[in-house]
Amino acid sequence: MHVADFINSAVDWLLVTFSGFFNGLSAAILKLLMGINSVLFAIPWWGYILLVLVGAWFTTKKAGTAVSLAVLPIFIGMFGLWDRALDTFSVIFTAVIISIFLGIPFGVLMAESKMAEKIIRPLLDTMQTMPSFVYLIPAVMIFSLGKVSAVLATIIYSLPPIVRLTNLGLNQVSAQTEEAALAYGTTRWQLLKEVRLPLAVPSILTGINQTTMMALAMVVIASMIGGGGLGDEVLRAINRIDVGLGFEAGISVVILAIIIDRLTQGLAKRWEPPLDTTS
Amino acid sequence: MTTSDNNGRIAIEVEELWKVFSNGDSGEQGEGSEEEIVAVQDVSLQVKDGEVFVVMGLSGSGKSTLIRCLLRLIEPTSGRIWINNEEVTGLNREELTQFRRERAAMVFQHYGLLPHRNVLDNISFGLKLQGVGREERTRRSLEMVERVGLSGFESYFPAQLSGGMQQRVGIARALANDPPILLMDEPFSGLDPLIRREMQDELLALQEQVNKTIFFVTHDLDEAMRLGDRMAVMKDGGVVQMGTYEEVVENPANEYVAKFVENGR
Ligand SMILES: Nc1ncnc2c1ncn2[C@@H]1O[C@H](COP(=O)(O)OP(=O)(O)OP(=O)(O)O)[C@@H](O)[C@H]1O
Ligand SMILES: [Mg+2]
Repeated sequence: MHVADFINSAVDWLLVTFSGFFNGLSAAILKLLMGINSVLFAIPWWGYILLVLVGAWFTTKKAGTAVSLAVLPIFIGMFGLWDRALDTFSVIFTAVIISIFLGIPFGVLMAESKMAEKIIRPLLDTMQTMPSFVYLIPAVMIFSLGKVSAVLATIIYSLPPIVRLTNLGLNQVSAQTEEAALAYGTTRWQLLKEVRLPLAVPSILTGINQTTMMALAMVVIASMIGGGGLGDEVLRAINRIDVGLGFEAGISVVILAIIIDRLTQGLAKRWEPPLDTTS
Repeated sequence: MTTSDNNGRIAIEVEELWKVFSNGDSGEQGEGSEEEIVAVQDVSLQVKDGEVFVVMGLSGSGKSTLIRCLLRLIEPTSGRIWINNEEVTGLNREELTQFRRERAAMVFQHYGLLPHRNVLDNISFGLKLQGVGREERTRRSLEMVERVGLSGFESYFPAQLSGGMQQRVGIARALANDPPILLMDEPFSGLDPLIRREMQDELLALQEQVNKTIFFVTHDLDEAMRLGDRMAVMKDGGVVQMGTYEEVVENPANEYVAKFVENGR
């Protein structure tokens, strides 16, 4: 027995029925992506060096780390992959922004409602255990080949950590702190806004860090459905069995990963409030 | 001991209060199954306006559960509670929130400060919830900072303060709200004896100025003697004796109380 036929016709029906919605969504994602892309390309290469330098200094307060991080992008330029890297970065940036806007509310919903938690948690588990290639399929079915599909697949893959860590951060707030806030007359909303969310910020930032890293991992795979960027170079290298090109493209991805990871991690650390008073 | 008794009006009245925890409603996966714990058992008491009323008892006797029921931080199983002629047990959710903002403030053994807010913002937390504007909030909070002797520490975070100082913040937060009633659940138990003594003296001095009704939980007889006008001794969720310190020490109602107050004579 096969369910493939059934699923195909279900998807067809979905696409026909909601074509207006999907077209609108596709246009919106594309617009965001293009906007981000043009901003990224408007910044000169030394602008990035400067940004990394200042950002790393601000988040880590270590001159050595800041300088060595700031030097790394130069290698990408030397490989002649600068534009490719910016394309990749645009897709990541777009996907992460959308993931954050979706993920934090879902994390909050999970923390606030047992029912929502019961529904969302198995979904997250499934999303994380599914091989990442699988996400290419629905993306392509809905948006066909192209950048928008790449963004969508990247979002699906990178969404779980931000949802989970938002939820975790909210649940980690000590019962004593919450009780005290309630005793002074907070409503449920005020408890969330004034106490739980601010205390969850370090965890949420860690979630953003992990989501970004997942997006980066996916973006290479997403080049198979038209994501472009560094992933394209990797694909080309595989097709031509060009080890040298593969190496350069691979190193460029790693450089992007290191820089993004250090900066977002540093930010999460900086935000850490003074230690909990209740121990 | 404070002089009290503003014409003997009743500030807090508790009538046949029960709290039974069944494993289901404790919120955590309990040990064993279908076990029921009677934490508060048929407690009735009256606290007069301006009085310092002390509840004493061994660990697990239900003191914390009782004091939390007064604000319905724990929902009583049955019984009624009036605070200044308002029936707490009859309030709906919005009324209860409003009640907690204005009518009573609580001080916790574990301080219950907000780790992400500095001293001043912790103290003004209640005022913020009351909807007091920023300027007024800051003015009144600064006044409280001074009153509890924390001048200069306004911008410190709780984790940067000693236990005694944190509890001063807790007390200042309660006083800033200026409620007629203070509920204190072993506020000084976490402090070492010297600081503890100092804090008791300070509380008495403050009480001279503010003259609140104070419902004070402790398991320390010495503390009960120094602070309380009257006391109730609890055992297994029930009140076994109620009276002034002298009455209880001179005339213990039973073996348990006698043992409890043995070294107070
Ligand atoms: N949330 C809860 N769920 C189940 N049982 C509880 C809960 N809170 C308290 N209890 C039980 O109720 C009883 C009374 O506890 P309570 O904390 O009121 O005692 P206490 O007098 O304040 O003790 P201590 O001096 O240790 O603070 C204990 O047996 C405790 O295990
Ligand atoms: Mg207790």
